[in-house]
Amino acid sequence: MSDFTIFLIDALVKAVIVVLLLTGGFAYTTVLERRFIARLQVRVGPNRAGPWGLLQPIADGLKLFVKEDIVPAEADKVLFTLAPAITIIPSLIILAVVPLGGEVTIPFINYTTSLGVADINVGALYILAIASIAVYGIVLAGWASNNKYAMLGGLRSSAQMISYELAMGLSMLAPVMMAGSMGIGDIVDAQKNIWLIVLQPVAGVIFLITTYAETNRAPFDLPEAEQELTAGYHSEYSGMKFAGFFMAEYIKMIAVSAIASALFLGGYRLFGLENLLGGWMGPIIMTGKIVAGLLLFVWIRATLPRIRYDRLMAFGWKILLPISLANVIVTAVLLVLGIFPTLT
Amino acid sequence: MIKQGIAVFQGMMTVLKHLFEPTVTIQYPEVQRPFQERFKGRHELKRYANGLEKCIGCSLCAAACPADAIWVEAAENTDEQRFSPGERYAKTYEINMLRCIFCGYCEDACPTEAIVLEHHHELSFYDRKSAIYTKEMLLVPPPPGVPDTPVKVTPGKFDRSIPEMENPK
Repeated sequence: MSDFTIFLIDALVKAVIVVLLLTGGFAYTTVLERRFIARLQVRVGPNRAGPWGLLQPIADGLKLFVKEDIVPAEADKVLFTLAPAITIIPSLIILAVVPLGGEVTIPFINYTTSLGVADINVGALYILAIASIAVYGIVLAGWASNNKYAMLGGLRSSAQMISYELAMGLSMLAPVMMAGSMGIGDIVDAQKNIWLIVLQPVAGVIFLITTYAETNRAPFDLPEAEQELTAGYHSEYSGMKFAGFFMAEYIKMIAVSAIASALFLGGYRLFGLENLLGGWMGPIIMTGKIVAGLLLFVWIRATLPRIRYDRLMAFGWKILLPISLANVIVTAVLLVLGIFPTLT
Repeated sequence: MIKQGIAVFQGMMTVLKHLFEPTVTIQYPEVQRPFQERFKGRHELKRYANGLEKCIGCSLCAAACPADAIWVEAAENTDEQRFSPGERYAKTYEINMLRCIFCGYCEDACPTEAIVLEHHHELSFYDRKSAIYTKEMLLVPPPPGVPDTPVKVTPGKFDRSIPEMENPK
């Protein structure tokens, strides 16, 4: 087979595997969240649908599947149906540039490949670009619902997301500067000996906070809160379309945990342990870090109350943006002066 | 600002402490909560220790019921076929559970303490017909070793409707 067909099949298989892992992961993230948040509130989560509630996502999926699909009368039908799709697709493809493991050799066909779908050398830029596209889906959902509360929820959510994307981009700049490359694979390689969160704690914390705002998760979940704005931008959605928004949020959670662990927590590397099992330890380490990130998401949701919208915007513009700018400047100065250890 | 950050961290540690406490959830239906003694559940028609039914068919319970849920038809007792002490017994006794509001007025009105609200509360049915509980469903079984009514008794022994008799142990 020619090089090009091998390359194509390789990319296709990896892409399909990543999408399947994300959608399967989404299902079990919902159970993880419900059971973990229940234990944090001294109660038991769902444990009836199968052992330990593991069949709960199937029950939920079946319920949403057979629900009546309501489209509001004056709603724009094309946009109404398109909005969930526009929200889900960026969440699925954002993980393409994050390497989930190092070089492995598939035994039966003796094929050596790296476990990242497409480790391009502008990975960080790709991530920021795709995160910005996700805003379209939400604002379209609010608009197409023909409901003033949904419209307001959509506007609020998109304003929140684009404000926090600025601080996210600047805090992503810190690992890029430390590793000297925008490719996520290079950033992970630069963390062979030390994790970047040790060298860049400010950028790490700011990145964490901004990704909570990006995924509309507590404490920044005002746009989708049930109590305010009557469920915001997805209040007119029912059945599978609602499941689509839900899916987009949880898949974005998983993707963002993966990106955070690749940028700041060493990715699939764990000081040399990732070479065990012929390189297959890398994905397992990555999974562990992603699960830790998800547990942190749920833990924060259980702890903090919702932030009021004007304070949320003030926090993003007046506090996070100046601090991340200052961090970039200080990092640049320290790098030029040679104070940071060389990582590449 | 650092102070607020530390406060958030302290809040998170407090929440984490709850993770290690035992849960307060009761796994119903495997585990049931105990009821108070006077909990008003499903009705039961009681008997005396010698097996005779306490209900004398006076339908005071039907008169007292605010929801008009009880239907009583009385018939005469004979000494060959005796269901309850005294002249009358309840030939038909039906309670419509869909009308019953579990207030306990029937229990208060009964002169012989025949109808009592017990603790059974898991009452569900698939159609309205099976919501009408008949006398067979409501009557308690006779105490062990005692024959079921109707019984043949010595004439003249159980002439009083509200006699001096023993309750089952």
